[in-house]
Amino acid sequence: MYRYDEFDHTLVSERVHQFRDQVERRLAGELTEDQFKPLRLMNGLYLQLHAYMLRVAVPYGTLSSTQMRKLAFVARRYDKGYGHFTTRQNIQFNWPKLEETPDILAELAEVEMHAIQTSGNCIRNTTSDQFAGAAADEIEDPRVYCEIIRQWSTLHPEFTFLPRKFKIAVTGADHDRAAVRVHDIGLQMCRNEAGEVGFEVIVGGGLGRTPVIGQTIREFLPKQHLLSYLEAILRVYNQLGRRDNLYKARIKILVRSEGIESFSRMVEEEWSHIKDSALQLPLDEIARIENYFAAPRYEHLDDNVREFEVKRFEDREFASWVRTNVTAHKQPGYAVATISLKPVGKPPGDASAWQMDAVADLAESYSFSEIRVTHEQNLVLAHVKKADLYALWLGLRDLELATPNAGLLSDMIACPGLDYCNLANARSIPVAQRISERFSDLERQHDIGALKIKISGCINACGHHHVGHIGLLGVDKKGEEFYQITLGGSADENTAIGKIVGPAFSYDDVVGAVEDIVDTYLEYRTDGEEFNDTYRRVGLAPFKEKLYAAH
Amino acid sequence: MPLIKEGVLAEDNWQSLADEDNLVDGPIVVSLERWQEERESLLARNTPLGLRLRSDQSPALVVDDLERFSVVALEFPKFADGRAYSYARLLRDRYGFKGEVRAVGHVFRDQFLLMQRCGFDAFEVADPAAVEAWEQAVSEISVTYQPGADARRPALALRRSRPAVA
Ligand code: SF4
Repeated sequence: MYRYDEFDHTLVSERVHQFRDQVERRLAGELTEDQFKPLRLMNGLYLQLHAYMLRVAVPYGTLSSTQMRKLAFVARRYDKGYGHFTTRQNIQFNWPKLEETPDILAELAEVEMHAIQTSGNCIRNTTSDQFAGAAADEIEDPRVYCEIIRQWSTLHPEFTFLPRKFKIAVTGADHDRAAVRVHDIGLQMCRNEAGEVGFEVIVGGGLGRTPVIGQTIREFLPKQHLLSYLEAILRVYNQLGRRDNLYKARIKILVRSEGIESFSRMVEEEWSHIKDSALQLPLDEIARIENYFAAPRYEHLDDNVREFEVKRFEDREFASWVRTNVTAHKQPGYAVATISLKPVGKPPGDASAWQMDAVADLAESYSFSEIRVTHEQNLVLAHVKKADLYALWLGLRDLELATPNAGLLSDMIACPGLDYCNLANARSIPVAQRISERFSDLERQHDIGALKIKISGCINACGHHHVGHIGLLGVDKKGEEFYQITLGGSADENTAIGKIVGPAFSYDDVVGAVEDIVDTYLEYRTDGEEFNDTYRRVGLAPFKEKLYAAH
Repeated sequence: MPLIKEGVLAEDNWQSLADEDNLVDGPIVVSLERWQEERESLLARNTPLGLRLRSDQSPALVVDDLERFSVVALEFPKFADGRAYSYARLLRDRYGFKGEVRAVGHVFRDQFLLMQRCGFDAFEVADPAAVEAWEQAVSEISVTYQPGADARRPALALRRSRPAVA
């Protein structure tokens, strides 16, 4: 993991002092709420329906046990005893008091954490593959570049007041778990013909009210030019992105209106001037950061672990958890374990303080004290010895964190929705809860297999409904909550935007509609087909028929 | 309006003219439109000239004329309109503009550091209290991670120049 040096420490603690001063000016009435708003937003502090919400950055989703314990402490001391992990790999606290937020930030600074740029129209937390460093299909650990981007983008003087927020995702693997094609900039690590490692640069993707799949602006960008190229894109966007209409301000709209060729020419022209500037990354700097992400001290193990196989044979519950929540690791004898934050009937992504503490302990015992937050709102222990999986599972079971549903139907993404968010048209979390109750039979979920349901409470699409196999979007119909359903979306390397199946369903009917869709899929699927395979083969028609004949 | 230069309240010798204002003696700042229309007569005056650009007017539009101006004033129509940060970088880094780059419009203490890092060196503020806040505003964050148009050395350069610690 990256560790702060004196520069990082200084910046974060100075930032806390600066914010403390701003909060004091606000409390003393020297700043109006209007003046304070952009300042608090730059430190992740939102004003929501009922209270302030503080969003803390978890850079590229990686946490140490020490950091996790600090989050537990904050949840206990300053919140109602829990936190909410988000689709941006961050964590939110929903009940902090304004006057205490500087103290929270000071606590976080002690463990090398902050809330910088978790909101506002700036470059947000760079997200990445939750299996980084452990995945077998990885070219290099993408977090090295996420950290380099984190530093470059932190308090960037030129890009703090962009037309709109700006999200960058990096993946080092062929199988895209970071959804790089639906980010403002996506970086896919790749090799050129000479075998050198660099990036395919994708620009202009995004969800929200106008979902767009990003386009490749550069097939191969050598590593050392990463920052100058990003700066060139951002500089073009900062000058030309629309500022007259909030909903047309993202870079995807600019890229679309300019056309990718013309946009790319502008970027290349800008880049030609700054390519060889001080932005060029020295190889020794890349190596310095790489050192922090060096592989942990694995033991040399046989990949066949007898005691693990025996337990799997003896204990059906354990076996079912292994089937869904354990993934192959590149190191023989090790595995990646996903900790589901989606127990039946609970809000997706929530963790209590005691769960956080206990996960920190488990990570310390079994996974080199390192924890990942996934954009699907789960946690991951990335380097667990297969021989330890059973003990880990027992530990998780005691914490009610062993739900064997990673990747299954009940592993849903839901935005905060009407329960917390003042932009919402409809509730999201209760719908997710009701769906998971309807399908609470895990046997049945295993039968259904991999399925991604994603729920947004409004068109801003924080629940990424466009890229769900089944997407639910809260809409307002004469003051009532309705849900528009889309099918066939995907955020991986086969990125697709879901298609609307037909008229929306009421709050009461939407769960039944999801069940009808699942039943239709089961009826039509042939061996080995996942939901989207079937959907692509048979199209919308059979789903429509079932949904609207029955209702 | 109070003007901050080099961290202190400075006398403002420039008069910023609206397009309908009559020309006055002494140094004046005019809009891009006026410059384009009255170019010859403005040059003939032989007094220092400044140019004012709206946030939708890039200095790229006047690259060839930049040396004729002693001041380029970049407008911030609102706090959140960040285009002029890029314009200032272009003026300094790309076009090598050596004159004054002045921030006008919605200019608050909480932007001073960012503006200075992008190459602004003069700041028109509405609130006189901002003058006193200057020192703190530009020094409260001492670490920078990016090369800018100012003299601050980014962390990367500092890291590389320090002796290796074992
Ligand atoms: S999708 Fe809409 S309702 Fe949900 S969190 Fe985002 S803005 Fe709020």
